[in-house]
Amino acid sequence: MLKIENLHVAYGGIQALRGISMEVPDGKIVTLIGANGAGKSTTLRTITGLVKAVSGSVQWNGEELLGKPIDRIISAGIAMSPEGRRVFPDLTVLENLKLGAYLRRNKAEIAKDLQWVYELFPRLKERDWQAAGTLSGGEQQMLAVGRALMSRPKLLLMDEPSLGLAPLVVQDIFSIIGEINRQGVTILLIEQNANMALKIADLAYVLETGNITMSGTGAELLADERVKEAYLGKHKS
Amino acid sequence: MVQILSTLLPGISVGGQYALIALGYTMVYGILRLINFAHGDIFTVAGFVMFYAVTAMPVQLAIPLTIAVTVLLGFTVERLAYKPLRSAPRMSVMISAIGVSYLLQNLMWYITGGQPQQYPVIPWISDSISVFGTETKRVTIITPILTIVLILALVTLIKKTRIGMAMRAASRDFETARLMGIKINSVISMTFVIGSFLAAVGSFLFFSNYSTVSPTVGTMPGLKAFVAAVFGGIGSIPGAVVGGFIIGICENIIRGLGYSTFSDAFTFALLIVVLFVKPTGLFGEKLEEKV
Repeated sequence: MLKIENLHVAYGGIQALRGISMEVPDGKIVTLIGANGAGKSTTLRTITGLVKAVSGSVQWNGEELLGKPIDRIISAGIAMSPEGRRVFPDLTVLENLKLGAYLRRNKAEIAKDLQWVYELFPRLKERDWQAAGTLSGGEQQMLAVGRALMSRPKLLLMDEPSLGLAPLVVQDIFSIIGEINRQGVTILLIEQNANMALKIADLAYVLETGNITMSGTGAELLADERVKEAYLGKHKS
Repeated sequence: MVQILSTLLPGISVGGQYALIALGYTMVYGILRLINFAHGDIFTVAGFVMFYAVTAMPVQLAIPLTIAVTVLLGFTVERLAYKPLRSAPRMSVMISAIGVSYLLQNLMWYITGGQPQQYPVIPWISDSISVFGTETKRVTIITPILTIVLILALVTLIKKTRIGMAMRAASRDFETARLMGIKINSVISMTFVIGSFLAAVGSFLFFSNYSTVSPTVGTMPGLKAFVAAVFGGIGSIPGAVVGGFIIGICENIIRGLGYSTFSDAFTFALLIVVLFVKPTGLFGEKLEEKV
């Protein structure tokens, strides 16, 4: 279980997170919704160690993550598929996936997980020799997720996986998120597409200018009038 | 045919030496987007280390020692002068590189007194042999062969190994590479280690041909190797190699035609033309700015 307490993060003098607290229980899908600049990405980037926190704590199964180097955090079982996919465009699909397993040494285990990723995303197998930059946006997103899974994470952080994708592809991505979760991976999902995210989530938090302003189950927030108005684009009738 | 080969051979040889130095420029640029102005001076230091080492030990020991010292120097320069500036503007790192270049040159003046020194004769590679009826040193033949072998080894390292994959990933995107667990600083150090190693090998070949070492003797081959890297497309490994050979061969042809005075001018004119016509060079691709 991931437990964030009173986390403060600042860029220069600008406060990005003003003391947020949240929990990601094992085996669940938790989503963090909010407008641009609310601090969603900052939260994920702080968990992975890409961004340094000012104060607070991020505990992973009782172990403090703040201040740990990124490779230790990955080895502890946390992986991220970053915003904008960020696949390595001139490396092949297979090389991208292998990089996801960069810290692992057991070749047999890696080969097994490669098969697992290929079962989840058969398209990646068909294209494993292709340069990642030649894939479509949806395929690149699948590759980014597959690459993150190659470290065999217990917790997968997903930053805007639906960004810039066609509605049908978004459906695919979300059904795969559900599938990955059923196979035992805990998921912390950030989304602009609040409707989709809340439908799939067990637990949800709303982030507004660096503060958590609401939390509840996905269904609760989906039914909440304030959430409807602010994030689901539905006006009170 | 024989006539042509015997004219081309010295050019191919010098070209191989440029290529070995150019690889150091292009690899560092690929990963840090930095022109390492100190690279030519590291090459010169390798010349002096060899000069002093042979006074104390046999050549067979002096060669590995020179390689080790050069590699350590490249590594240290990166750690002390570039690493602290990792998040500074690119211009600051470049100025730091220029500073290191002058620092090394002046240290060499200080230590050596500035006298050009006779480069030691490395047995076997400095022997005279006859190729196609022309007398030449064996190094002329060795250089292109050794260059090709080292390049193949380098390409294999980059394409096939774990660290090579990490280097390719980091040269594109530091942050995502870090998310894979890659230690960026180790990858950058590795790049400087490889570049300095190749410069050390280049120095054995170059100075065996050129015979004297002085504190500024590396400036010209350093600059030409830099031009070779830009000509081939900076950041590109095949580009640096092809660029090195083309410049070496062209310079020798120009000399052979009796225009020795213009051979340096040709190289730099080529740089200007390349920057006008195809700024990305022969094999270069447009690299996006890295954050």
